Amino acid sequence: MADISTSHDTKAESWWHKNQQKLAPWLFLAPGVLFFLVYVIFPIFQSFNISFYEWDGLGTREYVGLYNYEELYWDDAFYTSLKNNLIWLVLYLLAIPAGLFIALFLNQTVTGIRLYKSLFFFPFVISQVVVGLVFTWFYDPTFGLLNIVLAQFGLGPINVLGDENYVTTGIIIAGLWPQTAYCMILYLTGLNAVDPEQIEAGRLDGAKGGKMLWYIILPQLRPATFIAFVVTIIGALRSFDLISIMTNGGPFGASRVLSFYMFEVALSEYGFRMGYGAAIAVVLFLIMLMFIAYFLWSMYREEKAR
Amino acid sequence: MFPTPIERTSRTWQISYQALLPFALILWLLPLIGVAVFSVKPAADFTNANYWGLPSSFEGFTNYALVFTASDMPRYLLNSVFITVPTVLGAVALSTMTGFALGIYKFRSNIWIFFMFVAGNFVPFQILMVPVRELTLNMGLYNTIPGLVLFHIAFQTGFCTLFMRNFIRALPFELIEAARVEGVSEWRIFWYIVLPLMKPAIAALSVLIFTFIWNDYFWAVVLTQGVESQPVTAGITSFNAQYRAAYHLMSAGSIVAALPPVAMFFLMQKHFIAGLTLGAVK
Repeated sequence: MADISTSHDTKAESWWHKNQQKLAPWLFLAPGVLFFLVYVIFPIFQSFNISFYEWDGLGTREYVGLYNYEELYWDDAFYTSLKNNLIWLVLYLLAIPAGLFIALFLNQTVTGIRLYKSLFFFPFVISQVVVGLVFTWFYDPTFGLLNIVLAQFGLGPINVLGDENYVTTGIIIAGLWPQTAYCMILYLTGLNAVDPEQIEAGRLDGAKGGKMLWYIILPQLRPATFIAFVVTIIGALRSFDLISIMTNGGPFGASRVLSFYMFEVALSEYGFRMGYGAAIAVVLFLIMLMFIAYFLWSMYREEKAR
Repeated sequence: MFPTPIERTSRTWQISYQALLPFALILWLLPLIGVAVFSVKPAADFTNANYWGLPSSFEGFTNYALVFTASDMPRYLLNSVFITVPTVLGAVALSTMTGFALGIYKFRSNIWIFFMFVAGNFVPFQILMVPVRELTLNMGLYNTIPGLVLFHIAFQTGFCTLFMRNFIRALPFELIEAARVEGVSEWRIFWYIVLPLMKPAIAALSVLIFTFIWNDYFWAVVLTQGVESQPVTAGITSFNAQYRAAYHLMSAGSIVAALPPVAMFFLMQKHFIAGLTLGAVK
């Protein structure tokens, strides 16, 4: 008996020995891929499926086909959210030039500059919940700093978060604060790696200021710009925390975006309309998918070039 | 260096730059400075409409003591620690392995599995919300810390894999080849050769994931409900409801909630920044 089992063992071992280079990656991948499939990949498809049902999250699901999407088509709140998402996308991108500007301002070697750089980065480390709170007070019509400053110039108090026309911009400005800090740090690291010889060559050729920046510096900052672009787009479409904290979608739903509206429909006091919520999520996902596809395509090209 | 180093510019610009720096910084951090000042003011200042003036008396100790004694804040903070630390450990453990597999081995589906992680990492949370909440409910983990941790580990594995894989790609591959020639098993290559070299990446990811998870609000609201499991980001909203219009306490509470990631950032700055730039910008 003992003999058989040992011979079996050595056989198994040699089989393992021969194939381990083929099998090892799958064993290493298994736990991570499993987790990711269960919690991220499958739920995407499940959401697509749920969007064809009317479901309160507890009772039985009722298949309604495309009804949820049809309802979406007639839903004014959906268009408000979509419009706000677009505003978020456009205005949030301002974080990139703003971050570049601050990075250029701070890219010096004076004493204490390292501390300045980290303090400028500060807003990014703080939770958006706190950022939202801070800016709510900043905009407060009775005691907010904004209105105190405006009063100095003889301008009337603006209730930024209570005014349908200003509310989205107001929240985006709060969001730009940490996002600019993020872009700044990307550019600061990028500027560190800029080739000094090219700068000197440029100087000899008489390039200065804006021209130097545009033709010599920015091309070398492309990796930083790419990442800044990716994280800013994703951040803009993910905006939820600030809206939830600062206005809860108000006034009269004027500051909703798709991510917030979806949450409101599916999980808040508005009721538990999982199917309708899933339909909104699908639309948001499809918008995001265009960007994801573009990002992956850029990465793929780079991989091939390597 | 660009822009022109300050030492090489005119004396006037040098002086104005030095003066501009602190001024710009104060302007940039003004909202935070405001909250910090709020948090050491006595309640009376707010009833007397002394919002932005100097505090009439220094009540920092009383305010912060109140946050820790008269509210659920300590519990929320503890919950945040119990959510954040296991998530960091789990996500880093899983992604060192996935990163190793995708960075070292060549097989056909390699790039597609890698892209699955990258793409999944970018999806909007809302497309996952209903199914993940359902899954958590079905596992009996709704409103528990493990329920939140499991999801966070899974989701963060996407980002961590991207980072780890790129980091491992940059390691000298000859090292691994040499070990294989020596007949070292794949597991031992991972454990004794690659893992020690990954220490900087592990450090960078740890601080970064710590901050992300500590600051998470959305999933805290979706997967947890009460003081027994909610982290401090969600707790701060109930804290604020409890102390409505008590600005000094709300400020102190916010600062307490924001402090751990800030401390983490200042302690591990180099790693933090390496992580943020995805290792792509060196």
